[in-house]
Amino acid sequence: MIFIETPPDTSGYMIAGYAIAFGVMLIYVLSLIIRYRNLNRDLSMLEEIDKG
Amino acid sequence: MKTKPRTLIALDILALILLGVSSYLALVFAPTEATMGQVQRIFYFHVATAWVGMLGFIAAGISGIIFLVTRNLKWDRVEVASVEISLVFFFITIVLGSIWARPIWNTWWTWDPRLTTATITELIYIAYFMLRQGIEDPDRRARFGAIYTLIGSVSVPITFMSIRLYRTIHPVVIGTQSAEAQGGFNMTSDMRFAFFFALISFTIIFVDLFWNRIRLGALADKVELLKLKVMQ
Repeated sequence: MIFIETPPDTSGYMIAGYAIAFGVMLIYVLSLIIRYRNLNRDLSMLEEIDKG
Repeated sequence: MKTKPRTLIALDILALILLGVSSYLALVFAPTEATMGQVQRIFYFHVATAWVGMLGFIAAGISGIIFLVTRNLKWDRVEVASVEISLVFFFITIVLGSIWARPIWNTWWTWDPRLTTATITELIYIAYFMLRQGIEDPDRRARFGAIYTLIGSVSVPITFMSIRLYRTIHPVVIGTQSAEAQGGFNMTSDMRFAFFFALISFTIIFVDLFWNRIRLGALADKVELLKLKVMQ
């Protein structure tokens, strides 16, 4: 009797893993961009008040 | 705020390219492992994110020491940046490990020494941010952060060594593993290439994010100072 071993189909887990990894990294980068933008807006507003 | 330095823009682009190439190497170039199948490909990002996670926690501890010596708040910003980025990467490590474990260990989670120590490390640094928020005085907050990250960094070597010191089912990639280890495999040369490429890529991605995060911290401090000046 010959057994041909094929790897199990675990591609769903792999896709889920990479989707989560990329998702988390994307959310973090977006959070950096948003925080930076908000701080820049605050800074220009405060600078205007300071001048006035 | 100063415009973004050209070196940082170049580093942003390089980090993005390296992430793309690493993904290609992990998902396409590296051969499919014979017993685990496609899920083994999680390993490349799992180890790379764990490496930069631990690197950042150690960097935070070192920044803490430098702050305690110099009392320069710049090092507090460096420390916060290290911890924040490492928390993100270490979270990815834990989630990827859990997803890999489901088909290989037949469970999402088990209180194995490695999984337990990694979780404790993550929780220690989540608590770092929660506790920092409770301190208003910047100097006291920085002093607390420095001592906390210094003590917290002890959890990093404990997590790293846990699979080498205790009986564990977590596989060891480099070095000899416990007899109970499940899911270990021998790397082919292509797998090794994808693995080391991912390690280098994530180190550069970490440096890029680190620099960006330090700039964000500097901007936040500037806004805070101006706010105090305007309110007086």
